[in-house]
Amino acid sequence: MALLELENVEANYGAVRAVRGISLSVPEGAIVALLGANGAGKSTTLKAICGAVRTHAGRIQLDGKPIANLSPNQIVKRGVALVPEGRKIFKDLTVKENLAMGAYARGDKAGIEADYRVVFDLFPRLEERQRQLGGSLSGGEQQMLAIGRGLLARPRLLLLDEPSLGLAPIIISSIFEALRKINRERGTALLVVEQNVHLALRNASFAYLLQVGRIVVEGPTEKLRADKEIVESYMGVRH
Amino acid sequence: MFGQQVMSGLATGSLYALTAVAVVVVFRNTRVINLAQGDFAMIAAFLGIVFLKNFQLNYYLMLPLVILCSMLLGVLVERLVMRPIADTDWLTLFTATLGVYYILHGVAGWVWGRDTKAFPVTFDAKPISVFGTLVSEGHLFNMAWAVCIGLVLFLFFKYTKQGIAMRAVTDDPETAKLMGIPVRFIVLLTWAMAGFLAAFAGILLAPIVYVSPEMMDEVLVKGYVAAVFGGLYSIPGAILGALMIGVAENLAGGYLGAHYKTATAFAMIVVLLTFRPKGLFGIQARREI
Ligand SMILES: Nc1ncnc2c1ncn2[C@@H]1O[C@H](COP(=O)(O)OP(=O)(O)O)[C@@H](O)[C@H]1O
Ligand SMILES: [Mg+2]
Repeated sequence: MALLELENVEANYGAVRAVRGISLSVPEGAIVALLGANGAGKSTTLKAICGAVRTHAGRIQLDGKPIANLSPNQIVKRGVALVPEGRKIFKDLTVKENLAMGAYARGDKAGIEADYRVVFDLFPRLEERQRQLGGSLSGGEQQMLAIGRGLLARPRLLLLDEPSLGLAPIIISSIFEALRKINRERGTALLVVEQNVHLALRNASFAYLLQVGRIVVEGPTEKLRADKEIVESYMGVRH
Repeated sequence: MFGQQVMSGLATGSLYALTAVAVVVVFRNTRVINLAQGDFAMIAAFLGIVFLKNFQLNYYLMLPLVILCSMLLGVLVERLVMRPIADTDWLTLFTATLGVYYILHGVAGWVWGRDTKAFPVTFDAKPISVFGTLVSEGHLFNMAWAVCIGLVLFLFFKYTKQGIAMRAVTDDPETAKLMGIPVRFIVLLTWAMAGFLAAFAGILLAPIVYVSPEMMDEVLVKGYVAAVFGGLYSIPGAILGALMIGVAENLAGGYLGAHYKTATAFAMIVVLLTFRPKGLFGIQARREI
C-alpha cells in the first residue's frame, strides 16, 4: 500500500474544472514528480491533498485512510506538509517564527527543538538569519525557509510546489541536493511539482504528466528520460 | 502648567490607545472595522458597577470577572454575528458591526437605564509630583495599567505560539491555513483580545466620563482615528496616534478653552486623512512594495 493514493480526484473552482479525475500514488519514502504546463492543475492537486481545496469526486487516502476534505490542520497532523508555490513566507515574521508556524499543529517541544536543529544543519544560512524578517531574505533563502517550515511539521510526505521557480541554477541544485538528503536521511516522501522537466526527471523515481486537469503520461523517470521529447511536447517547449 | 497638560493628555491618550489597538488587531485579521468596540467597553463599565455595587466585590476581584465577561462578549459577537457572514464584502461586515453597536446601546439602556451613573470607585484628584510635574493619582493609575497592558500584548505577540500565529494570519491568512494554523480559532482569539482591551478601556474610563450607553461614542471615534494613524495595521502607530490625540486635545482644551477639545481631535482626523490617507504606517504602502 502506497503512502498517498489519489483515485479519480476532481476539484473545481465554481465552473472552472481544474482537476478532472486524477489518480496517482506516492510510495513510502519515494520521490515522485508531477509535471505540467501552467494551468494544468498541479497546484490545485497539491491543495486538494492538503485540504485547502475541496474535492468534488474521487478518493484521497493516506496509509489507506481517507483524508479528502479534512481540514489542513488535521492533515498536517497526519503527516503531510506543503511548501507552497511562490514560497509564501510570512514576511513580517522572523525566520525562527516562520519555522515555528510550520510546527503549529505539533505539541512535542523536544521534537520541535530537534527539528530546528535539523533545518539549521541543512540550511546554515537560516540559522545565521534566524532573527531577520522573512521578507528580508533573498529568493533562494526564502525557498530554503519555506522547505524548513514544511519540515518543522515533521511530515512523512512533503509536497513541493515548483521549488525551482525563479531561482538561479546554482541555488536550484543546492536546494535539490538538500531535498534528496531529507529524503535519504529522514525517509520523507516527496511529491514535487515542477515545470522544469530536466530537474524533475533527474531527481524523482516516478513522474506523472498533467495536462488540463488529466494525467496524460506516467512512468518511471528512467523510461521517461528516454522519451523526453514526448514529455516536453506536452509541456509546451520550455527549459 | 504645560507639563501638566501634556501628562494628563498622555493619560487620556493611553486610554484611547486601548480602543485604537483593539480596532487595529481586529481589522488586520478580519478586514472588519469594529464599530462595536466602544460598546464592548461600555458594557464592561456597567458590569463593573454591577460587580462593585450589587455584588459588593472588591476592585481586584471585579476586574478579572469583567475581563472574562468582556472577552466572552467579543467571542459571542464573532460566533453569532461575524462568522456566518465572514465571506461577504467589507461593507456588509461594517454594517453588521453597526448593528451590534445599536443592539448593545439598546440593551445597556434597557437594562441599566439611559441616565448617566457615577462609577463607585474614584480617584483622588490629589496631584503627585513626577519629575517636577504634577499628575493626578488617577492619571498615574491609568497610565500604569496602559503600560502594563502594552507590555503584556508585546510579550504575547512576540513569544507565544498563539500570538505569533495571530501575526501570521495578519500577514497571510491563506498561507497560514495551508500551514495547518486553525485560522478560525485565531480569529476568535482576535475578538477575545478586543474584549480584553475593551474591559480595561471601560473600567479605566468609567471614573472619568461617567457610565452611560453613550460613554464610549466619542472615544471610539478617537480610537478609530488613532488606528488609521497606524494605517489600521501598526500597533505602535496606533498607540502613537492615540497619545498624540490625547495630548493635542488636552493642550487645546487648556489653552483655547474646553469646547475646543473635541474639535481639535476631529481637526486632526481631517488633516491626517488629507495628507496621509493611508496612515503613517499604512498597510497599503507596505503591500505595494
Ligand atoms: N482560486 C482560483 N479560482 C478560480 N480558478 C482557479 C483558481 N486557482 C486556479 N484556478 C484555475 O484552475 C486551473 C488550474 O490551476 P493550477 O492548479 O494553479 O495550475 P498549475 O499549478 O498547474 O499552474 C487554471 O485554469 C486556473 O486558472
Ligand atoms: Mg501552480
